[in-house]
Amino acid sequence: MRHQFELETAKTPEALKRIVIEPVSRVEGHGKVTILLDDNNQVHQVRLHIVEFRGFEKFIEGRPYWEVPVLVQRLCGICPVSHHLAASKAMDMIVNGGILTPTAEKIRRLMHYGQMLQSHALHFFHLSSPDLLFGFDSDVAKRNIVGVAAANPDVAKMGVLLRKFGQEVIRVTSGKRVHGTGSVPGGVNKSLTAEERDYLLKDSDQMIAWSRDAVRIIKGLHRSNPALYDAFGAVPSTMMSLVDDKGALDFYHGALRARDKDGEVIFDQVSYQGYNTLLTEGVKSWSYMKFPYITTLGEEKGWYKVGPLARIQNCDSIPTPQAEEERVEFVAHGGAKPMHGSLGFHWARMIEMLCAAETIKDLLLDPDIMGADLMAEGPRRGEGIGVIEAPRGTLFHHYRVDDNDLVTYANLIVSTTNNNTAMNVAVRDVAKNYLQGHEITEGLLNHIEVAIRCFDPCLSCATHALGKMPLEVTLVDATGAEIDRMTKDSEGRIGK
Amino acid sequence: MNAPLPKRKLKVATTSLAGCFGCHMSFLDIDERILDLVELVEFDRSPITDIKHCSPDCDLGIIEGGVCNAENVHVLHEFRKNCKILIAMGACAINGGLPAQRNSLDIRDILAAVYAQPGRGVHIPNDPEIPLLLNEVHPLHEVVKIDYFLPGCPPSGDAIWKFLTDLLAGRTPTLGHGLIHYD
Ligand code: SF4
Repeated sequence: MRHQFELETAKTPEALKRIVIEPVSRVEGHGKVTILLDDNNQVHQVRLHIVEFRGFEKFIEGRPYWEVPVLVQRLCGICPVSHHLAASKAMDMIVNGGILTPTAEKIRRLMHYGQMLQSHALHFFHLSSPDLLFGFDSDVAKRNIVGVAAANPDVAKMGVLLRKFGQEVIRVTSGKRVHGTGSVPGGVNKSLTAEERDYLLKDSDQMIAWSRDAVRIIKGLHRSNPALYDAFGAVPSTMMSLVDDKGALDFYHGALRARDKDGEVIFDQVSYQGYNTLLTEGVKSWSYMKFPYITTLGEEKGWYKVGPLARIQNCDSIPTPQAEEERVEFVAHGGAKPMHGSLGFHWARMIEMLCAAETIKDLLLDPDIMGADLMAEGPRRGEGIGVIEAPRGTLFHHYRVDDNDLVTYANLIVSTTNNNTAMNVAVRDVAKNYLQGHEITEGLLNHIEVAIRCFDPCLSCATHALGKMPLEVTLVDATGAEIDRMTKDSEGRIGK
Repeated sequence: MNAPLPKRKLKVATTSLAGCFGCHMSFLDIDERILDLVELVEFDRSPITDIKHCSPDCDLGIIEGGVCNAENVHVLHEFRKNCKILIAMGACAINGGLPAQRNSLDIRDILAAVYAQPGRGVHIPNDPEIPLLLNEVHPLHEVVKIDYFLPGCPPSGDAIWKFLTDLLAGRTPTLGHGLIHYD
């Protein structure tokens, strides 16, 4: 059996050729990949490095708790609603033990399903479709949404308008398309007017139809080339997600379920309140994104996938009819076994987009979204944990608040961090299958990025820190005057 | 500052430094108008293309996010060198934004706190592939000359559209009432 962490660390890195992909493009955020090869182009090491550190967890300390749901959105402009709501759910626990009025819960759900729709549309149409429609090693100049618009104007337009609708759902529920303020600890600050509801409702059937078309596009690609689609970047692993109390797909709330690579349930209906004993956040010397794993399974075996591919295969059903029909087909495609080919993420993602479009319509037809009862009251507590299924997977927010209402502790495990090991294993798999022994071309290198894009990583949410090389950075302003300087000695000590 | 622009497809490069991508998302919030925009401009280095370095003849460089590490400094210089006009888009680019909240803290303390593992001590990752952090997050104009500032967190899609269409038509961009926001 292949060792899981093969190609993670080369024995003699000094003697090898280094290839770098920087920045990883058509993903959200900053990352780079380094590949070490010998003279015969045998791959010895592949690493996805995250080059972002913003220290949010630390500077949230000392802020009043009610600022947090708005503040943490700035972790990520692609799924700000997920951070907004995960933080709100944690703060609900603090202000009232976690209860919501029906109106508040449904407004938040509407906001969240709007975001699911916009983020999945963005990912599929704007970022990944060029690879899928033109081929992984097609012309760089065309491999973008502008190229898609030129070759398939209808597809591009559909993507743009699906995303627009999702953004409009977010604007109507939160006041702003990016970084709105709709959710507050204990509830929401607005519900919908009849005009707002009608404005969204008039396009909702079209969005469901287009989402179904999108599922057909990716399903067709899958079926036309199963040898590629089923095997590319296949990473058999544990899968984790939230499910509701009946085991159905739910993006807003639920308990944790995990299945092993063969689909056997490892745990089910586990409360996320215990996430910090269930999961351990590992650290590796060469990446500033942490590597979480299921504590009882250990670091080597405990890593897992989150996100669409995990969710669609973890749940027993999807509550909306058209998406459920598509889920059944998806599961049937894999036969008796879960699918682990990374491109399966796209198919699963489009099924989720369809579920989001259907759910948005259902919520719009529910009179509760125009209710007036927005806030719930309950006993005050000092600690709160909130979890949500963000577009990229399970997202944990954990806070402690003191008697003066100030945050004293914050810990976040963002979706992309949960997928860190899985992404690294997938790029190693692709490097081994496609790069090994070949002259490396741009097109071949794009295969690595295609694998990363499957996970739709939001590297924007991830973190980084400092190396051990002696280094000095001097920052000078436009006139040449020094404004900042950092040094680091060979022991990793940082100075000014 | 307002030199007339040549009448051809303008080359536009965009990047996110220490930002959240929200400003780029807002750029995409021009919605269908993006299909008109691509008739007028050609995207060079950008998160939506696979062009990894700016061409030397870019007309506009649009930058989101402040400067927080050595790599940001490097990319910012690349943009200044290759783009005729540089635009600081959003609060982070203009004044450091939320990431600059860390400026009052010691970076060593932040790292030690973030990488502490219960029962296993502090393991701050170290690898030469990771760029060195600056002690503080800096706005762009402290490092290079910036030609235009587009405020907001993020500026709205409409504000970005008005700004770009003014610039493309050779007008001095103005954001009237309703389009200037700082939140
Ligand atoms: S200004 Fe706001 S939206 Fe733009 S990058 Fe900064 S935090 Fe994100």
